[in-house]
Amino acid sequence: MSTAPPDADELSRRVEEFLAAHDPSATEPLEFLRARFDAGLAWVHYPEGLGGLGAPRALQPAVDRLFAKAGAPTNHPERNGIGLGMAAPTILAFGTEEQKRRFLRPLWTGEELWCQLFSEPGAGSDLAALATRAVRDGDRWIVNGQKVWTSMAHEARWAILVTRTDPDVPKHRGMTYFVCDMTAPGVEVRPLRQITGEAEFNEVFLTDVAIPDEHRLGDVGQGWQVSTTTLMNERVAIGGAAAPRESGMIGVVAGLWRDRPELRTPGLHDAVLRAWVETEAARLTGERLRQQLTAGQPGPEGSGAKLAFAKLNQEVSGLELELLGDEGLRYDDWTMRRPTEVDFTRRSPGYRYLRAKGNSIEGGTSEILRNIIAERVLGLPGEIRVDKDVAWKDLPK
Amino acid sequence: MSDLLYSEIENDLRAGVRELLDDKAPWTGVLAGTEKDEPYDAALWQAVAGQLGCAGLPVPEELGGAGATWRETAVVLEELGRAVAPVPFLTSSVVATAALLAAGERELLGSLAAGERIAVLAVPFATPPGDVAPTAQVSDGKLTGEVAGVADGLAADVLLVPTADGLYAVDAADAARTAVTSLDMTRRLADVAFSGAPARRVAEGGEAVRTALLTGAALLASEQLGLAQRCLDDTVAYVKTRYQFGRPVGSYQGLKHRLADLWTSITQARAVARYAVSCAASGDADLPVAAAVAQAHCSAVALKAAEECVQMHGGIGFTWENSSHLFLKRAKADAIALGTADRHRAALATLADLPSA
Repeated sequence: MSTAPPDADELSRRVEEFLAAHDPSATEPLEFLRARFDAGLAWVHYPEGLGGLGAPRALQPAVDRLFAKAGAPTNHPERNGIGLGMAAPTILAFGTEEQKRRFLRPLWTGEELWCQLFSEPGAGSDLAALATRAVRDGDRWIVNGQKVWTSMAHEARWAILVTRTDPDVPKHRGMTYFVCDMTAPGVEVRPLRQITGEAEFNEVFLTDVAIPDEHRLGDVGQGWQVSTTTLMNERVAIGGAAAPRESGMIGVVAGLWRDRPELRTPGLHDAVLRAWVETEAARLTGERLRQQLTAGQPGPEGSGAKLAFAKLNQEVSGLELELLGDEGLRYDDWTMRRPTEVDFTRRSPGYRYLRAKGNSIEGGTSEILRNIIAERVLGLPGEIRVDKDVAWKDLPK
Repeated sequence: MSDLLYSEIENDLRAGVRELLDDKAPWTGVLAGTEKDEPYDAALWQAVAGQLGCAGLPVPEELGGAGATWRETAVVLEELGRAVAPVPFLTSSVVATAALLAAGERELLGSLAAGERIAVLAVPFATPPGDVAPTAQVSDGKLTGEVAGVADGLAADVLLVPTADGLYAVDAADAARTAVTSLDMTRRLADVAFSGAPARRVAEGGEAVRTALLTGAALLASEQLGLAQRCLDDTVAYVKTRYQFGRPVGSYQGLKHRLADLWTSITQARAVARYAVSCAASGDADLPVAAAVAQAHCSAVALKAAEECVQMHGGIGFTWENSSHLFLKRAKADAIALGTADRHRAALATLADLPSA
């Protein structure tokens, strides 16, 4: 038997075979998803036995398309972005065999959702400054601290957590990474209300939370290295369909412009046309990035795309409010809601405008992204660091 | 969706053109050339058009060309933009060639493809795609009239002149050409006057001219892309080596963030430019939109890149002896050439159904 990873033809043959054995319409969804994982057709680039077949990552979209075409049950990836995009690759890279077997299957099927306990009130862009303490107590760790900006904490079963275990060494060296049980005693989740009125995020207070040592990911003191792996695995959509022209917010604005001639002014006309051009440029850039990834030529363009997307979303949503005039002064609802996903199109223009302000802060501020592009892509000198060789406990806070 | 990447053949072509330009058109040579009377670098043109065969790229083999497409042609333009090379490639090998291809003309086309002759479309260089209002008339095969601001008008052997009666080819020697002191010293303009010049009709109606200007606008974005990338590369290299206050100036966020933004804009310009040439190459019905988006977007990116190049080079960047001004002058001229960004946005108002107030 050959040990070479399956190619595209072999994968589609296996999907066909799987679908023949598991009729999507007659199989209970969870049972179907578990079987798909066990067949190695969940994420084909993962190793055998862990939901994959060691195949090239670029072949995944074709597999997903075949399942979607057959009407197969979905694992609702939009509900488990942190789990699929960040926790899973980190567990794969640093987890023990036991951890991989315990966590990856229910993570992929969506039985267990994940959240991320990284940012703190005093550690935003400077994650390595974090203060949440973990102290060893025999074969377990006792954790105390406060985390913030935690999406899905109120739904999640597990969290990836990074803590300070040694305050006496410079900050990057004294950190340790854990998997945290969100149902453990001492974990308290409070909604954190945003400028939109709703609460996508939470604050998470950790008070004497006991974490068994077998839930540690990586070595003691290796937390920064493990976190870096997590953060580098930003969710990158490989393959999939190209976004059509005028999708997203520009579609709303263009529709408004066409349907409501009374709103038009010469200045706004120019602004709408500029926004239309910039949106089309961003769409083509995303498409080119998609083609690069599919062709196995990943480039650094993704960080630029995030930067451009944030700016564009903010400009276009602001333009929409201005175009609406009187109507732009109305807001749909300030009630504190607990949405499980962000949907820009179902809420009012005011919501879109306010929510877009988060785009340049979440997942790396635009300022940090500019530093990253300048230093890692353009090779410009790094920032002057005053904190590098100072013990964490001695840093100004 | 069109292929927006570069093929291996295109990468090889790029490497060949860049090697030639590094050798024969260093910016110091380009700068020195701007103070000479010759309207373009004829030796360089022979090398690019003849030796490398770039002039014939978009022309089918049976018509004497290399049988490639506008995609490969655009890669050459990127490199020529990168070098601000003073050769009539955009005007002769793109715009005039597109006009002759659209017209089904064969004789002149073959000599353009071989790099033996240079032809330019006799319209003011700022003319956007669309209907051209002719300023010359034909009577009994004799052409009369004036056209101001024709790019590479002095380099041309043949002028392609739009008239109400179609497109006419005129031997440049039969026209009165006056050199214009041009903002872009590396692509000079000429004012052209005809008084009963013998003219041969190469196309009826205005379709060939419309196609030529549209193709030109689509491909100009690639020249702008190459220029923008060069400005970024030069500026990044400079701010790493220029020290002030004991630090490389490139370590200041005031510059780093602007350069990161510029890099981001250039990744966008690359996608936009590739889409436009891809539409031109495949005759895609979306070409008018793609070309308008390309010009509306890439003009601003190239200009920004050149302006930042001047500013971030500081004192030296404002001097004649630095390369930055060559890029700035080309970028500003390119932003006006074949229609300003505003003209292209106006075209999109119609194309994308976003009517004016």
